[in-house]
Amino acid sequence: MDNIIRRRTPGARLLRAGLYALLLVMALVYLLPLVVMVLTSLKPLEEIRAGGLLSLPDSLTLAAWLKAWGTACTGMRCEGLSGYFMNSVSIVIPAVAISTLVGALNGYALTKWRFRGANLCFAMLLFGCFIPFQVVLMPMAQTLGWLGLASSTSGLVLVHVVYGIAFTTLFFRNYYVSVPDEMISAAKLDGAGFFRIFWRILLPVSGPIITVSVIWQFTQIWNDFLFGVAFAGFDSQPVTVALNNLVNTSTGVKEYNVDMAGAMIAALPTLVVYVLAGKYFVRGLTAGSVKG
Amino acid sequence: MSALEIRNVRKTFGTTEVLKDISLAIDSGEFLILVGPSGCGKSTLMNAIAGLEPVTAGEMLIGGEDVTWRTPAERDIAMVFQSYALYPSMTVRQNIVFGLEVRKVPKAEREEAVARVAELLQITPLLDRKPSQLSGGQRQRVAMGRALAREPQIYLFDEPLSNLDAKLRVEMRTEIKKLHQRLGTTIVYVTHDQIEAMTLADRIAVMRDGRILQLGTPDEVYNDPADIFVAGFMGSPSMNFIRATLAGQPGSYRLSVDVGGEQPLVLPWPAERETPALVRHVGEPVTLGLRPEHFSEEDARLGDRIEGTLLNTTTTVVEPTGADLLLRVALGESEITVRLGPKSRAVPGEPIALRVDMSRAVLFEPETESRLA
Ligand SMILES: Nc1ncnc2c1ncn2[C@@H]1O[C@H](COP(=O)(O)OP(=O)(O)O)[C@@H](O)[C@H]1O
Ligand SMILES: [Mg+2]
Repeated sequence: MDNIIRRRTPGARLLRAGLYALLLVMALVYLLPLVVMVLTSLKPLEEIRAGGLLSLPDSLTLAAWLKAWGTACTGMRCEGLSGYFMNSVSIVIPAVAISTLVGALNGYALTKWRFRGANLCFAMLLFGCFIPFQVVLMPMAQTLGWLGLASSTSGLVLVHVVYGIAFTTLFFRNYYVSVPDEMISAAKLDGAGFFRIFWRILLPVSGPIITVSVIWQFTQIWNDFLFGVAFAGFDSQPVTVALNNLVNTSTGVKEYNVDMAGAMIAALPTLVVYVLAGKYFVRGLTAGSVKG
Repeated sequence: MSALEIRNVRKTFGTTEVLKDISLAIDSGEFLILVGPSGCGKSTLMNAIAGLEPVTAGEMLIGGEDVTWRTPAERDIAMVFQSYALYPSMTVRQNIVFGLEVRKVPKAEREEAVARVAELLQITPLLDRKPSQLSGGQRQRVAMGRALAREPQIYLFDEPLSNLDAKLRVEMRTEIKKLHQRLGTTIVYVTHDQIEAMTLADRIAVMRDGRILQLGTPDEVYNDPADIFVAGFMGSPSMNFIRATLAGQPGSYRLSVDVGGEQPLVLPWPAERETPALVRHVGEPVTLGLRPEHFSEEDARLGDRIEGTLLNTTTTVVEPTGADLLLRVALGESEITVRLGPKSRAVPGEPIALRVDMSRAVLFEPETESRLA
């Protein structure tokens, strides 16, 4: 039951029926690629070559998934995506954690310890949100070289942290603006300093915005291809780069089912994060005021 | 030695000067109230005392020590905020104990403090709740408890009761007064409510536009106001300001008030309230200040003779407050407010005879609004 009183004339009903039909078709069109991917990844190769793209599989098999995970060739190596998947994990976890923490500290300092030039500082950070990836490729490569972090996991983590701070700072700043200043003043009078106020007073009320920041950063960094392909070393390539290699490595026949399974594996973590925490994401974006 | 001394403090935000040369000294154990209209700089002054905002100029001394550049933590001050500013993620107990914990007070003492404060404010059953589970009045108590847990040299209260409903506000007002009498602490208390100021204060500082206009006991501020603003701000309903002309000479000054008729109303100025300044204003317009309670009804039924000049006029509005009766009565073109006892039979539109008690009247210079007599 929705909460609207509608007109009940035959014309209006017909219109609604048409509307739902249209929505249904659009939904199917949107869903189709995913359905094809799932179906294809579960079919044996012969069936794919024999039948149409949309036909249901005669026999279900996880062989393609296992191959994509463990033995498919990505360029020279034939060890599947598993290693690269773990590479992605070891890039994403520190990068998300660090960029979220730094964003929270930035937002806190920008709103609750307003220093001269805080607004300018924030405006410049905000500008960082609008710089396209491609623009920073060359200077970043140079910088990583100077730092001795080229082609390493730490280097990639650094790149993602630097690029993500603009966004996480924006999230936390806008959230902390609505936390009453008097709460911070009270803590100062209680004798607490910068970091104690942050850990004990502010962070415990930051749940919603931490969720937003983590989901945002997780999807951004996990799905990143450009930085991965540009800055990763041979051993530190993320799964997105490996997927590209897997699809492009031709060993005679094109193994569509393995490609599809690989793509699913690469996309799964972000899907899972959305399903598990998506509603908190929406809530966090609209949350703000802390009820005393 | 003063518990708190403020010397020539100024504060500017950008180009606007919010505090303009404030000086103030508060004795130990004194209850000082800062009162003034919204936006006059009360909170800014409190924040300056607390060390939350640096002052632009001037000095601040607590217990004789210069604390102008000390952090809030180093000042030994506790503050109760208008919004209560409780820590939402902590229980009431944790809220109260946080300041002690930060100051590394041993656990046994902390628990003692919580027990003491909780009993004092009757919040023992609430200790394990979160602020979001409390009513407004309860939050207010917890906010006070947090301040009382430490025993600082000075307590600051910034409009602590203004978010409560009227009944609770009066109750808490009494409790704060009791607390002060019991603990003998030094308190600086901000309010824009002049009744709160009158009932609580040892001394009142009336502020306007970043200046202290008058600093004195409630009695002084009420009966002996420094200027028209103070006179009008303190007291509800407000003092009546009546245009008059000064006449006569030392020893027999008179005020004549145009009441629309042929003859002006002539009010003799009591000789004991004369000031030397008056002589320069003879023949000039002055502003006469009379509080609503400076009038009484000339009632034949009551029979008793009341002192004062007779004023025959007409009632326009009658507002019973229960305890007494507020009337609006005509005075020439304008109207004044008069407070009468509940037995009065005043009826709107009917004539009424009033006596004016000039012994508590005040006179102001209309241009500068300063006090003449
Ligand atoms: N941080 C600030 N920046 C600029 N102006 C301020 C700031 N804080 C207060 N003011 C101004 O100072 C004046 C006094 O404010 P405040 O002390 O809060 O008044 P009150 O507490 O008496 O209502 C107001 O006009 C307000 O706009
Ligand atoms: Mg204020």
